[in-house]
Amino acid sequence: MAEGVAESQVADESLLGSDALAISSSPAIYVSQLTKRYGQTLALSGLSMSVPRGEVFGFLGPNGAGKTTLVKMLLGLARPTSGESMVLGSPAGSLDARRQVGYLPELFRYQGWLTAREVLALHCRLAQLERSARPDAIRGALATVGLSHRADDRIAGFSKGMQQRLGLGVALLGNPQLVLLDEPTSALDPVGRHDVREIVRGLRDQGVAVFLNSHLLSEVEQVCDRVAVVDHGRVIATGRLAELLGRPQVRVRCTGLAAEARQGLSSFGKLVDDEGWLTVLAIDPGRVPDLVAAIVEAGGRIYAVDPGQQTLEERFLQLIGGG
Amino acid sequence: MAIWVIASLTWRELVRRKLVLALLALTGIVIGVTGWGFSRVPSLHLAGHPLTQGEIHTAAAQLLLLVMFMFSFVLALTCAFLAAPAIAGELESGVAQSLLSRPLRRRDLLLGRWLGLSLPIAIYTAVSVALEFALVDWTTGYWPHLPVASGAALLGEGLTLLTFTLALSTRISAITAGVISVIAFGTMWLGGVAGAFGQVFHNAAITNVGVATHFLLPTDGLWHAAVFAMEPSSFAGEASRGLGSTFASATGPTVAYLVWVVLWLIVVLGLALWSFEHREA
Repeated sequence: MAEGVAESQVADESLLGSDALAISSSPAIYVSQLTKRYGQTLALSGLSMSVPRGEVFGFLGPNGAGKTTLVKMLLGLARPTSGESMVLGSPAGSLDARRQVGYLPELFRYQGWLTAREVLALHCRLAQLERSARPDAIRGALATVGLSHRADDRIAGFSKGMQQRLGLGVALLGNPQLVLLDEPTSALDPVGRHDVREIVRGLRDQGVAVFLNSHLLSEVEQVCDRVAVVDHGRVIATGRLAELLGRPQVRVRCTGLAAEARQGLSSFGKLVDDEGWLTVLAIDPGRVPDLVAAIVEAGGRIYAVDPGQQTLEERFLQLIGGG
Repeated sequence: MAIWVIASLTWRELVRRKLVLALLALTGIVIGVTGWGFSRVPSLHLAGHPLTQGEIHTAAAQLLLLVMFMFSFVLALTCAFLAAPAIAGELESGVAQSLLSRPLRRRDLLLGRWLGLSLPIAIYTAVSVALEFALVDWTTGYWPHLPVASGAALLGEGLTLLTFTLALSTRISAITAGVISVIAFGTMWLGGVAGAFGQVFHNAAITNVGVATHFLLPTDGLWHAAVFAMEPSSFAGEASRGLGSTFASATGPTVAYLVWVVLWLIVVLGLALWSFEHREA
């Protein structure tokens, strides 16, 4: 009997152990068929996606695409109409999930009658940080976001950019495993934006997943490992940036190319004419010299060759049907 | 404990926003002005003769009821103004979203707010009432026969409106919640006055309006409980002959009514919790 109890305990412990393992190896964000309806408006329409741990993930979409709605659902601030969402292995919005998440809201507002240090102290208490760890956590957050010199000033006197820096500091408290940043640089100057990029890269180096909701595509392009493009409440494209942007292209400024000769170049890739430029899409980079030779051989005169890749902005516009 | 974190945050806000300072200063001014007024009562003359001790007490009691009616009005408005933005304002500004992204239960946020506002209101009521009663006693010798009960009833009136407004604040905008509360408070008072008229004219329908308002939002019912505790017994006698009004009460509140008030507070606070739990932030 005693052995039976012991066996049962071992089984329970191993089960707990496997649960813990499952949680620790689960994605930072897992969303399946998430739908959110506000009256007649469908904010999310069966949205599904997954964000691995330790990745910087860009979440892009036009205004009203459902980006902020998703972020709110991940935090339990809004409830789904249907579907499933998990954060770090726990149901989205649960206390367990929120314990491991840092969040910078799009509307970053903090108590104006508190000082920056007091706001951070408040969030340390709410994040249930050990009392002894709080002073270092606050000092570290202030230093990271460059607010050490204004730590004891009231927030009411802060500029928008400084408040956003403070919000970022708040999001970094408590060693989160996932940081949700909703338009984190909307109020920042170029220096501030550079600082944010460095902070995001630093988080990735520490194995922290960052979910970056931003309109600034160049910013996303610089720091994100993977992106998802959302439109009308569902993901319309997702993947690593290189995958999403497709194969390289080359633009050639040339004249004197007859239509028949131009047709012959289509073996290099899809051809697009654009105000004196001939763009060859999805070309193998090793074949660019052959392309140049083929144009010259066909009687064309070349003035410029511009190898490159589609920008994220171009791809984004293409995906949402604006370009 | 998260409730205390939010409650202490609320206390700090009241201090930083200088509300405590404003209340202290205004209470000091009111105590000073009413103290001067009460100190003049013993030297008054009626038909060329100085007032008897009994007449001084009657005059002091009438003045005290008038002053405390004003105090109850100020207390109710203070509670409405404090509670209206307590949840709605933070949701509108985005501060609540930042707090709720932490492992903080919504019920802890709401109860912390309720506690954070109720305790200062309780202290403010206790200090104001004690000072006013002491002042009246010192200047005129009049002392209400149930001083603690009168303070408790006034506090109950404030907490009733505070809880009601906080519940509204979980669903509607701060400004609308505040306006509805103030109008509801005034309507209940008018209902009480109507009830008194109904008693005078022996009209059951109008009397029932007063009774209903005492149960619906028990601010006026608690005011009458406070009146009974503060008035001299002769006032209760007048009221028992059908002359009850805002400033006279024939009887004290029944135990059943006090139980109803406690239940009302629990139910409305429970509704506020349910409402906040089930809304989007």
